[in-house]
Amino acid sequence: MDWSFPPEAEEFRTEVRAFINEHLTDDVISSTHEGTIHNWDFHKKIADRGWLGGAVPSELGGGGKSALEMAVMIEELQLAGAPIDGMGVAIVVASVVLELGNDHLKETIVPKLLSGETLVSFGYTEPDSGSDVAAAQTRAVKDGEEWVINGQKMWTTMAHIADYVLLLTRTNTDVPKHKGLTFFIVPLETSGIEIQPVHTMGTERSNATFYDEVRIGDEWRIGDIDGGWEIMKAALKYERGIAGGQFPSPPLIDAFIEHAQKTERPDRSSIIDDPVVRERLVRSLIDVEVCRGFAYNTAFLASEGVMFGVEGSMTKLFASESYKKHSKWFLDMAGTEGLLYLGEEGAPVGGVIDEHFRHAPVTTIYGGTSEISRNLIAEGLLGLPRTR
Amino acid sequence: MYLRLNSDELAIQDIFRSFFESECSIERVRTSQHTGFDTEAWERLIETGAPGMCLPEHIGGGGAPLTTGAIVADLVGEFVAPLPFIEHLVASRLLASLTPDHDLMPALISGEKIASLALQPTEDDQAKLVPGGAIADAVIACKGNDLVLASGDDSVSLLRNTADLPLAHRSLNGAETIASGGAAVERFSRARSEWQALMAVALTGLGRKAVDIGVAYAKERYQFGVLIGSFQGLQHGFASAITGVDGSHFLSNRAVSALENDSDLGERLAGMAFLFASEAALDASAASLQYHGGYGFAEEYDIQLYYRRAKGWPLQFGDPGVEYQRIANLCLPSGKVA
Repeated sequence: MDWSFPPEAEEFRTEVRAFINEHLTDDVISSTHEGTIHNWDFHKKIADRGWLGGAVPSELGGGGKSALEMAVMIEELQLAGAPIDGMGVAIVVASVVLELGNDHLKETIVPKLLSGETLVSFGYTEPDSGSDVAAAQTRAVKDGEEWVINGQKMWTTMAHIADYVLLLTRTNTDVPKHKGLTFFIVPLETSGIEIQPVHTMGTERSNATFYDEVRIGDEWRIGDIDGGWEIMKAALKYERGIAGGQFPSPPLIDAFIEHAQKTERPDRSSIIDDPVVRERLVRSLIDVEVCRGFAYNTAFLASEGVMFGVEGSMTKLFASESYKKHSKWFLDMAGTEGLLYLGEEGAPVGGVIDEHFRHAPVTTIYGGTSEISRNLIAEGLLGLPRTR
Repeated sequence: MYLRLNSDELAIQDIFRSFFESECSIERVRTSQHTGFDTEAWERLIETGAPGMCLPEHIGGGGAPLTTGAIVADLVGEFVAPLPFIEHLVASRLLASLTPDHDLMPALISGEKIASLALQPTEDDQAKLVPGGAIADAVIACKGNDLVLASGDDSVSLLRNTADLPLAHRSLNGAETIASGGAAVERFSRARSEWQALMAVALTGLGRKAVDIGVAYAKERYQFGVLIGSFQGLQHGFASAITGVDGSHFLSNRAVSALENDSDLGERLAGMAFLFASEAALDASAASLQYHGGYGFAEEYDIQLYYRRAKGWPLQFGDPGVEYQRIANLCLPSGKVA
């Protein structure tokens, strides 16, 4: 095995690190503490470097950054704790539109997405369909030249700052559930759409979006009528490796080490010198190295043009579950002060340990729960019978 | 970046898979439970050149990188082979790096004589519980600032143990001093890292096979009128187990590569891979054993062989709690308070 990145990827790593040093200021990181997990200035700077377009596959007209270069960029941004959800969305939606969208969508949406000026919110989940995403009930009905949409979506995160929603709808109830779905990219300013905030334990703000007699033209449809599952598969395909989630723990570990090194226990000993603390830190660092192995493996597969599936589930499962464990350990080891919120006086390292503890459970749920990941691994890798 | 075996390595893997299939079947493993060593299999291994494969060419070795040794180590784990391949490889490399002209070298390169190294700190002129100590012709130990080589001890007696290992204490009385000083101790430490990294690879092979055994059983065992493999309780346990094993696959092979390339990260990655693989292999074999129900702990079934070795093989290195502290000192700062 050869674990080294090619020279151009290592050079790019240096460039990304310099970019992070210059632009990922404390203000950028703390800007997400108000709930909106996106920072427009930082996002725009990434776009200005050409990295959003660069991430779009070159066969779709993208800027030709290799899979390994993308992996390096995503790794470095995550290690630094940068807000990259918007980046992932922009790259994924632009790629899907370029592969499967009509000219109207390509011209209207893609340039603005890749220049960092607009965002698209994912509208898949509904109150009654989460993991079972193909059971969506939001209806789209053709009325002359227009479509009329009625329904509700959950977890349309960033919808309050986005211009569009990538909307999964039901257009046919007479066929198996996967075969009656159609996707639209709906402008959020369209009359009949209401966005309500959903505040979360992890301080992130998400949204519920409501669609009441929303009328849009057929030019906003992406993919075939009743062919929505193909769009879903394409979105998942482009999400692999781009969506992040491989390195949630390092910012927490760094913050805790900073705290433990300078903080004394009542007996005047330093927290970092406690053997229990040191063992847990090493266990956490080992988990990060395991994540690195998984992440590099998926980057390698992507670089070989292999469409991976289970490998991505495994990466996500291990990274998020170990992160949740770390956040629990570090909160304990920060003592009662660890409970203090961001900005409270005496909160360790400004309160970020508590913030990680409240954010970690989000990561084992969104983007495919740990249980769905385990199902996919059991079926796809071990050949055990499908149970759903 | 290329994270699979290349075509040459796949060919080597094929050759050795055939070897282990014919010489280390599970029946042979059982037959050698009381000695922890299959003499006949070692004789056959000598014919493949494996004992000296990772020794320098200029002294008659195979000149292969440590990564090639890892291909064999993975199979040692998969077949829970009663062969001191890893100990011999690491100890011979150590001797070759210190005294390539040593009289024993040719017999170690061929595998006629078996070498091992003492992983526990020595005390009172004795190396305790040496891996392969009951069968090794030569044992290298670190005594203070000296590296000593003990050979030809006739009073060795095997101590029965959890994992059917050929463990024995070895006397260092009259052992030959082969090197002294900081550089020599560094070499010994490097050999320990190589043992850890190759053991991590072996434990990965062991863990993968343990999952395979459990999954195969779950695909033929019926309870409540259905295959037990259709229960999500089992499926999720297997999925978590194989995730740990795959994680240890990448980390342990990365550690072997780092050592081969003399990377600064070699020592810590070897320790990390070793600690992680130890837990992943035990978790995998414990899950598989559990899903066998009562048969899991019956001697007649194979999974208990894996469960016992998953714990016993790595514990030859000593209490993992101590190793966590050593790695902590490599990676972490200490407090500012004196």
